[in-house]
Amino acid sequence: FPKQTFSLCCKPFRCRSLPARRKYMRSPLVPEMATQEVQLNETLSHLKTESDTLKTKLEEERAKLHDVELHQVAEKVDGLGQFVMKTRRTLKGHGNKVLCMDWCKDKRRIVSSSQDGKVIVWDAFTTNKEHAVTMPCTWVMACAYAPSGCAVACGGLDNKCSVYPLSLDKNENLAAKKKSVAMHTNYLSACSFTNSDMQILTSSGDGTCALWDVESGQLLQSFHGHAADVLCLDLAPSETGNTFVSGGCDKKANVWDMRSGQCIQSFETHESDINSVRYYPSGDAFASGSDDATCRLYDLRADREVAIYSKESIIFGVSSVDFSLSGRLLFGGYNDYTINVWDVLKGTRVSILFGHENRVSTLRVSPDGTAFCSGSWDHTLRTWA
Amino acid sequence: MTINTLAKGGWDREQMACFRKMEKVIVAMQDPDMGMKMRNQRLLITVIPHAMTGVLGELLLWCLTEAVHLSGMLVRYGYIYPLKEPRSLVLRPDESPYRFQTPYFWTSTRWPASELDYAIYLAKKNIRKQGELMEYEKERYSLLHKRINHTWDFVVMQAREQLRASKQRRKADRIVLECQEQAYWLINRPPPGAHNVLDMGLERPNNFSKTVGVFVYDVPSLCICVCMCSFVKYSEQYQNHDPIMQGCLPSNPWISDDTAHWTMSSEIVPTPTRLRVERWSFSFMELLKDIMGMREFMLYLEKEFSAENLCFWQACEDIRHGESSRILEKVEDIYKNFLAPGAARWVNIDSKTMDKTLQGLRHPHRFVMDDAQMHIYFLMKKDSYPRYLKSDLYKNMLAKAIVPQETKKSVFPFMRRQRHSSPSPAQAVIQVTEEDGHAKGAGRAGTNSAAGSHV
Repeated sequence: FPKQTFSLCCKPFRCRSLPARRKYMRSPLVPEMATQEVQLNETLSHLKTESDTLKTKLEEERAKLHDVELHQVAEKVDGLGQFVMKTRRTLKGHGNKVLCMDWCKDKRRIVSSSQDGKVIVWDAFTTNKEHAVTMPCTWVMACAYAPSGCAVACGGLDNKCSVYPLSLDKNENLAAKKKSVAMHTNYLSACSFTNSDMQILTSSGDGTCALWDVESGQLLQSFHGHAADVLCLDLAPSETGNTFVSGGCDKKANVWDMRSGQCIQSFETHESDINSVRYYPSGDAFASGSDDATCRLYDLRADREVAIYSKESIIFGVSSVDFSLSGRLLFGGYNDYTINVWDVLKGTRVSILFGHENRVSTLRVSPDGTAFCSGSWDHTLRTWA
Repeated sequence: MTINTLAKGGWDREQMACFRKMEKVIVAMQDPDMGMKMRNQRLLITVIPHAMTGVLGELLLWCLTEAVHLSGMLVRYGYIYPLKEPRSLVLRPDESPYRFQTPYFWTSTRWPASELDYAIYLAKKNIRKQGELMEYEKERYSLLHKRINHTWDFVVMQAREQLRASKQRRKADRIVLECQEQAYWLINRPPPGAHNVLDMGLERPNNFSKTVGVFVYDVPSLCICVCMCSFVKYSEQYQNHDPIMQGCLPSNPWISDDTAHWTMSSEIVPTPTRLRVERWSFSFMELLKDIMGMREFMLYLEKEFSAENLCFWQACEDIRHGESSRILEKVEDIYKNFLAPGAARWVNIDSKTMDKTLQGLRHPHRFVMDDAQMHIYFLMKKDSYPRYLKSDLYKNMLAKAIVPQETKKSVFPFMRRQRHSSPSPAQAVIQVTEEDGHAKGAGRAGTNSAAGSHV
């Protein structure tokens, strides 16, 4: 690791490489071991106490090191001026709470899903509805647009993730060509295509994430490690493209290796459920939004939380977060019907956007960063720019 | 699949934290020294103690910019209720009087609202004045009567007792109590069609009784300072490319209704924009992510006689992200074209990686080419990529690149442009399929076609 001074720091000092730190991680027992549970329990509780002690010790050690806060380093960065964003489009058509949305790579189409089981594909620019599917279940909490733009995936209380190829034939019933891909033992909370239409990553209320082959419906890899419902996930934009992060009701955000199924990093600083996780554009960090009314930034290389975005006057939980293209702004959709815009580097709130008449449940920035779209329990979606 | 109604256990989480925070604000607001001004307020002919007027003004002084919104939420959740028009839990920007809800009726104190209490409340209303119940309240009353018929005597008795006790109170206190109770029930049993603020969505989490194992791993960590500086650097580098921060040329389509920006930035254009070509120099990944960038890079590599590297990388990507059923066939193709001794487009991999890859080929799987692919990727990144950026090919591209003119704001801003629809991506692929004559898996069009022409 480099040992040099950095001009951007408030104080010049030598950065030294840290020794590799030993971390203890918990993982669930494989079902076959369940019979030996009784014998193992004693050993486990002993190990747990030991690991907790070590964890405290590590935190103390870390505190001793010279630590710089992100906003200190960013002191010399220009502040952001007056920030004006308005609703540019309002999409009306859902009959109940909008739960999830995703952008198409063409930068103008979106897919959205709602509590009443409807999944709608819109051209958000013209506000025209292009396709509509009625799912056999309610609470469709997850939907995703395929990279090719030719299909959408969705799921919810049916515990499955299904892929619908988008047909332009007005007479064709999209549900006829539906393909069931993923099967979980509890509700589907999030889904995302990987770099192609061929694989889907899912997270579920059963506490696991899974990678599926779309063509065959085969399970390629499963990811165990969360102790409660997994609520969200995001794929890393890295060069090697092999990791993703997930957040759950156990207040943990876990980073996984997609090849091996192993959890490679874990972060637990939130005080409540993590509703949304999103990678910083460079892939070196990710942000999370939680029911504890804060958003946090975690750096993967430093292996720790590096910023908290919160205010005393912000009381209600964050349902979804996303970065602007440059990563300078963090947008958060909150349960008090507002959207707060944060300056990622300085840690301050830049703006608060009103407009929705009920909880903001989902928020995504468009692929080219020209706008972002928010979906709400007030049955509408809004595009802001 | 049934959706469970929220049980008391599920409240030990977000909802309680939320209500407690609101209650903390409310307590502070009533602080005798620092809190808001309260006085006796005359309502019709009765004087109500501790009421506030000009609530909005007072709150603005007390809270900050989102005062209006936060206060609105406090009213919605019943922590503050209006004295005039008590059925409408909305904050009005006028001098109408409001009152703080008593902690007895705070949502967190009495959760969940019990059916029995609601029955008693409705019974009281019914007894007190015939016809005072609203339509929906009458319906609920009769439903409750059926459902908890076995304790109905108790309900009526309780209602009568409470009415008798309240008659002994002063009129002002009686009115206050009635208002408090009414506000409480408006929140916990909202009228049909009204906004239900206590709707919390699906219950979670599910109960997991898994025991956990413990395992150890080593985590290398980087100095904080390096990480922080990299964020600053990244944001500065991309600032001009961030339309929300800096705007975009010629104009942001969402604001101006003009799609010129998208037309100029489409995947394949005769002349790319300057910003786009500049971005290729930010990182190797940016270059490869852009179809035109990859094409240009391929042209350059062909001049250098090392195009097989990029072709190999593309073919490996195709395996990683393609159909499971075609993995075997693609792996064999790669071996034949790139790895076999004397192959037409042999790639230069170090012997250790080559041995490992050849071993893996005995049992091919999706990730069998990963090591080799990474080796070639980093080879191109460290060697060919920097040279490409210094090459005439790139410099000419940059010079030719267009910088769109910023659209002048239209003279008549209130006239909306026609918003044109664009061809659906689904349509584009169907046409390709028909031309090719065989059904193609919908993968990344760029990668597939490029790989197809070279492998």
